[in-house]
Amino acid sequence: MAFEQKSGMSLIVKTITRLTVGLILIFGIYIVLHGHLSPGGGFAGGVIIALAFVHLMLAFGKDAVTTRISKEMASNLESIGALMFLVIALIGYFGGSFFLNILSKGTPFELFSSGTIPLSNAAISLKVGVGLFAIFLALVILEGSKREK
Amino acid sequence: MQNANIIPLFVIIPLAAAFLISLIGRYVSLRFTNAISGLACFMLLGFSLYSVYVLQAQGIPALVYKVGGWAIPFGICMVLDGLTAFMLVTVNLVAFFVSIYSLSYMDKYTDRPKFFTLFFLMLTGMNGLIVTGDLFNLFVFLEIASIASYALVAFGTEAEELEASFKYAIMGSVASSFIFIGIAFLYGFTSTLNMADMAQVLNSKPNLWVVPFVTVLFLMGFGLKAAIVPFHAWLPDAHPSAPASISAMLSGVLIKTLGVYAMVRVFFNVLGVSQAVLSMLMFLGALSMLVAVFLAVSQWDLKRLLAYHSISQIGYVILGIGLGTPLGILGGLFHLFNHSVFKSLLFLNSGSIDYAVGTRDLNEMGGLKEKMPLTSSTNLVASMSIAGIPPFNGFFSKLIIIFACLQKGYLGYAVAAVIGSLLTLASFMKVQKYAFLGTLKEKYSQIKEVPLAMQFSMICLAIICILGGLLLLPALKFFLNDAVNVLLEGREYARVVMGLSGR
Repeated sequence: MAFEQKSGMSLIVKTITRLTVGLILIFGIYIVLHGHLSPGGGFAGGVIIALAFVHLMLAFGKDAVTTRISKEMASNLESIGALMFLVIALIGYFGGSFFLNILSKGTPFELFSSGTIPLSNAAISLKVGVGLFAIFLALVILEGSKREK
Repeated sequence: MQNANIIPLFVIIPLAAAFLISLIGRYVSLRFTNAISGLACFMLLGFSLYSVYVLQAQGIPALVYKVGGWAIPFGICMVLDGLTAFMLVTVNLVAFFVSIYSLSYMDKYTDRPKFFTLFFLMLTGMNGLIVTGDLFNLFVFLEIASIASYALVAFGTEAEELEASFKYAIMGSVASSFIFIGIAFLYGFTSTLNMADMAQVLNSKPNLWVVPFVTVLFLMGFGLKAAIVPFHAWLPDAHPSAPASISAMLSGVLIKTLGVYAMVRVFFNVLGVSQAVLSMLMFLGALSMLVAVFLAVSQWDLKRLLAYHSISQIGYVILGIGLGTPLGILGGLFHLFNHSVFKSLLFLNSGSIDYAVGTRDLNEMGGLKEKMPLTSSTNLVASMSIAGIPPFNGFFSKLIIIFACLQKGYLGYAVAAVIGSLLTLASFMKVQKYAFLGTLKEKYSQIKEVPLAMQFSMICLAIICILGGLLLLPALKFFLNDAVNVLLEGREYARVVMGLSGR
């Protein structure tokens, strides 16, 4: 990769990225939402969502993403994800037992079923996705500051 | 069963505090962050003391909490018994004073919200590890505490600190892998992860190689976490590199929770101890006791000297518990409590010197007594405690360990404990002489005693050092005895937990 090319990789890569990145993102969201029905869940889905952003960053350069999601925002979202998960567990705590699934379970194999599990998956995906993205961002920023020296 | 509801709070409170501080810490004033952390630690201390009271008042051996309402072999359970309550008090007592101390001490560093986030994550890991009754859950909490501590060791982000943290992370990961493989073997053999259920299966199912093999894996894994001697190489780098308040947490409670507590819990209550394991523990304990103290005497870096003494004092704890007699375990656990108090005090003292004078080198200090009377006198108390001078708490626990050795006829180990104690005294005489006595250097004529919050923590810990021996009084002895009984009952633990969960 030529570093002089400030705005990322070549035209071919950019075009392919433009076509695929949406699919990756949707696939990640699908994995999260169907976490209680099929293999996958918050962690796997979160990683895939984070990879969509990493993909964008690789193809278009770091500024394409960092102008929209700053380091502070990533850090805040990560904390919110963790707190959401804790709050879901606390709802159970005040309803009888820590992590108790007190919401209505619904019909098995329906999208909106199994109580707090999809909500926990969403919280985990936020925490894991943003966390992984923040790690990548930190590495990019470190690498950038090393180059400047 | 209503009282069991306090058990998950030991995980909830620090976890909530950690992420709350990380979320709002950047936007609110420093005072608010301080208030949250102080309040959270105070609540934890209150709840841990309350848990001791509940166990005593109700006269029951344990409280069991089923997470998510799942029945016991299927879900995760949390168990509060005598040993748990004892460890919770030890951890949260030190954590409370360390958090108060950090309020002023962390002025030296930037980014206090991150510090408290990591601090509370480490506390979450330790508290969770103590209360859990599930072997895999134990591993998860162990990793939370370890990873938070790797980051905290590197908090200063100087070359030396990063190197120490890297070394610590590698050794810690090796330890975690050993523990993980051990858990995998046990799970494969017993088809359960619940510690009580696992003990029952191991009781009824004949096994020739699983228990000895897993014992060796756990001895390496938890031994690395506890830094007993053949596995100690990371500790003298990692503990001095952290900020002093974190060194106090690491040396004071982390190695005991992650290493000693987890090891004895698994060995005594799940795997069941044989004489071979006990002999191994005693030998390793005596070895760490002597080797580390010899290495400590020659150190000139104050915090490094203290770190070597942590290894040596862990040796006493392991030796006492390894004796396997009621008196030996009592001495070991009592020394664990005492050591966490005076070692955290010593590290806080070293932090105060660093704060006021700006050095950790004993050659650079001298005559600090007249400028920092409070640090000097609390340090004297802690030094006398760790060396085992009579009225202080360290004396009683060491005496019990030595008596227990003699009672079982291990004259050699008793002599080793006495020699270790003498050398400890020698090295702390050195600290007193070079740091506090003698003449004050010209360039330090302007130094002042540390701020009030730091003084408060040091005074309180020093008072506990002086009064610690009172825990052996008949009226207060239940605190230690309940913990000892949990270890002595061995695999009966399974029956207790399973019996209570039926209710």
